[in-house]
Amino acid sequence: MGETDNTTVAQVRVALPYHLRNLAGVTGEVLIEVAPPVTLRALLDALESRHPMLRGTIRDYATGQRRAFLRFFACSEDWSLAAPEEPLPDAVAAGQEPLLIIGAIAGG
Amino acid sequence: MSKVRVLVGTMKGAFVLTADGKRKDWKVSGPFFAGWEIYHMKGSAADPNRIYASQTSGWFGQIIQRSDDGGLTWHQPGLKPGEPEMPAFPGKAPNRFLYDTSAATGKPLTTHQWYDGTQHPWEFKRVWHIEPSLTDPGTVYAGVEDAALFCSTDGGESWHELAGLRGHGTGSQWMPGAGGMGVHTIIHDPTNTKRIYIAISAAGAFRTDDGGINWKPINKGLRSPYIPDPNAEIGHCIHHMAIHRSRPGVLFMQKHWDVMRSDDAGDNWREVSGNLPTDFGFVIDVHAHEPETLYVVPIKSDSEHFPVDGQLRVYRSRSGGNEWEPLSKGLPERDCYVNVLRDAMAVDTLDQCGIYFGTTGGQVYASADSGDTWAPIVRDLPRVLSVEVQTLN
Repeated sequence: MGETDNTTVAQVRVALPYHLRNLAGVTGEVLIEVAPPVTLRALLDALESRHPMLRGTIRDYATGQRRAFLRFFACSEDWSLAAPEEPLPDAVAAGQEPLLIIGAIAGG
Repeated sequence: MSKVRVLVGTMKGAFVLTADGKRKDWKVSGPFFAGWEIYHMKGSAADPNRIYASQTSGWFGQIIQRSDDGGLTWHQPGLKPGEPEMPAFPGKAPNRFLYDTSAATGKPLTTHQWYDGTQHPWEFKRVWHIEPSLTDPGTVYAGVEDAALFCSTDGGESWHELAGLRGHGTGSQWMPGAGGMGVHTIIHDPTNTKRIYIAISAAGAFRTDDGGINWKPINKGLRSPYIPDPNAEIGHCIHHMAIHRSRPGVLFMQKHWDVMRSDDAGDNWREVSGNLPTDFGFVIDVHAHEPETLYVVPIKSDSEHFPVDGQLRVYRSRSGGNEWEPLSKGLPERDCYVNVLRDAMAVDTLDQCGIYFGTTGGQVYASADSGDTWAPIVRDLPRVLSVEVQTLN
């Protein structure tokens, strides 16, 4: 898990799944400004504030929990079950690596 | 000249079909919200350019979309570019449907019956049906799974539950059917703004006479041999209900099995299946100008959800039920094994009433002569979940 003592607002990269990119009206990765510490919760709050049409699509409204068919990955690590207050890896906080939000694959 | 706009919700997006009053040449627009399940779309009677849509996904949950220009462009209510930004999560939002469990609004109901008879938490899954107010384009109702009724008075920007429905006393006994437990029918009485009918699969029909504060089951006369007490007050698997706007106290119902009729606002029901080849089915609707003319699509059985003998037939009764005639001209005569889901039939209000229905095979059929003849508008859409029609002048 990462640590950061940087006090400047970071530009964090987020890779959204296809349908959420369409919903937000963006292409490619999105850049989100997040004040440190860059935690999962702070990043999702900032993402939803910048793109309010995503509210409820990543975190369930009733529970605040990650939606069941979505996973979070950062720096090749699975962050899906990490505590929301845990600081993300430094490389994500510094904008060198994206947070990946990935939907479960479904065939048929 | 009049024209019609048909709103089609499918498993993979929404489509808008338009034609002039002749209803022969159609323009197909879409898919809107491609790849998402569109359970239902419906336009406001008070402002036909305002259309609401339920967009949903197993991955990303529930979205409410709204168009204010007749379906050309869409946005989530309150989130249109240029509008003031909403507070951060978990604040007010157009897709936020939270059950009201406060004691102040009734009973803090938190569980219903599960398939095995145990109690199960109420969990929001999706909006099955959207019903705009007949008079105010900013007021709209949403029937949701797990079964509850929500209302918005700000054009869908925020929603609150009409908690008296779940809390009236039988809610803890409601149980899902195989397709889930949702409010799928919402009918406003055009002569009484305080009266609303709703139906839940598989709990039954309910009515409020005070604008949604208090509710009561209206299932007397329904008989369902497949539940422990066939004549129970609740537990009946109603598939759809319909009224004619000139006679709002007369209700018609397609139940799991049985086509039913009530002449006293749902207080008592009687069967009008008559000579139907099978009285299992999902859709039912009423002719726009003939309150005793009904339409159903018989489906073989609860185990075989397709037409009898592979022949797609709409059945029409001109006598309010009991005597039915098959309508087949223009519909598949053989090898047809599609279903017609509960919200997938609608009628227009042109002088020569048009009837429309969509199938699980992706066809949308239209009749411009009250059902005498049919023709497909489109044949190869995704599985059709809902069909609504707007008559535009």
